[in-house]
Amino acid sequence: MTEKKLTLALMDPPYESANSTTAFRIISAALQKGIRVNVFAYEGAVCLPLKDQTPHANPVKNTTIEEEEHPTTKAFVSTLLEIGGEDRLLTWVNCGLCVDERGATNAVDGVKRGSPADFLKMAQESTNTLVIPTK
Amino acid sequence: MANYLFIESRDPFESRDTRFVEETATALKQRGNDVTIFLLQNGVFASRQNARNSNLAGLAQTGIRILADDFSLLERGITTAELVSGIQPSDIETLVDLLVQRDTKAIWH
Repeated sequence: MTEKKLTLALMDPPYESANSTTAFRIISAALQKGIRVNVFAYEGAVCLPLKDQTPHANPVKNTTIEEEEHPTTKAFVSTLLEIGGEDRLLTWVNCGLCVDERGATNAVDGVKRGSPADFLKMAQESTNTLVIPTK
Repeated sequence: MANYLFIESRDPFESRDTRFVEETATALKQRGNDVTIFLLQNGVFASRQNARNSNLAGLAQTGIRILADDFSLLERGITTAELVSGIQPSDIETLVDLLVQRDTKAIWH
């Protein structure tokens, strides 16, 4: 295996844990190094790329949506999927059963649907695999 | 000999099960493996010199490499000067390099 490839399994839903932020940082850093990354999103993590997410204003600070610039996880996923252009460096697979359970079918463009069998295949073809479980 | 990379995200003052990482890392080091503990998120809370009951200094003396994520340190107001001797400030790029290093087993905790 000459080309370096990293697989991550994510489980935390969006806006729940610092694990999601760290996962995005790891994915971004790896892609910037030209390393291909596979993500298998399991359980609540399938909602990370949910297209229906909308930013919101902050009533505590009395700021508007524009002023707040609230980051959404779907925007992070979309941006990371764009890296590499036509030769996309990131493959993002959502667990289909987890998607159906949550009704989270409306994912951003580029997100694929799969099963734990895809995770096994990803792990087998990767230099390393990191599982980031819920606490 | 293998490379073991423990990624410690938990605050030892909240989760006593961080002892699992310390004990496993020590045992693996004693068996001649190359062991790194990468502290991030609340895992960096034990890296302050004046933190009580922190075992990190002792771990560093055994030859285990201990790195602390600069982003996590910054978020929690921990400066490099405050770090326990033997802990090196690091970054997410270094973590990626360690992850794709040959024969490395990565364990997130």
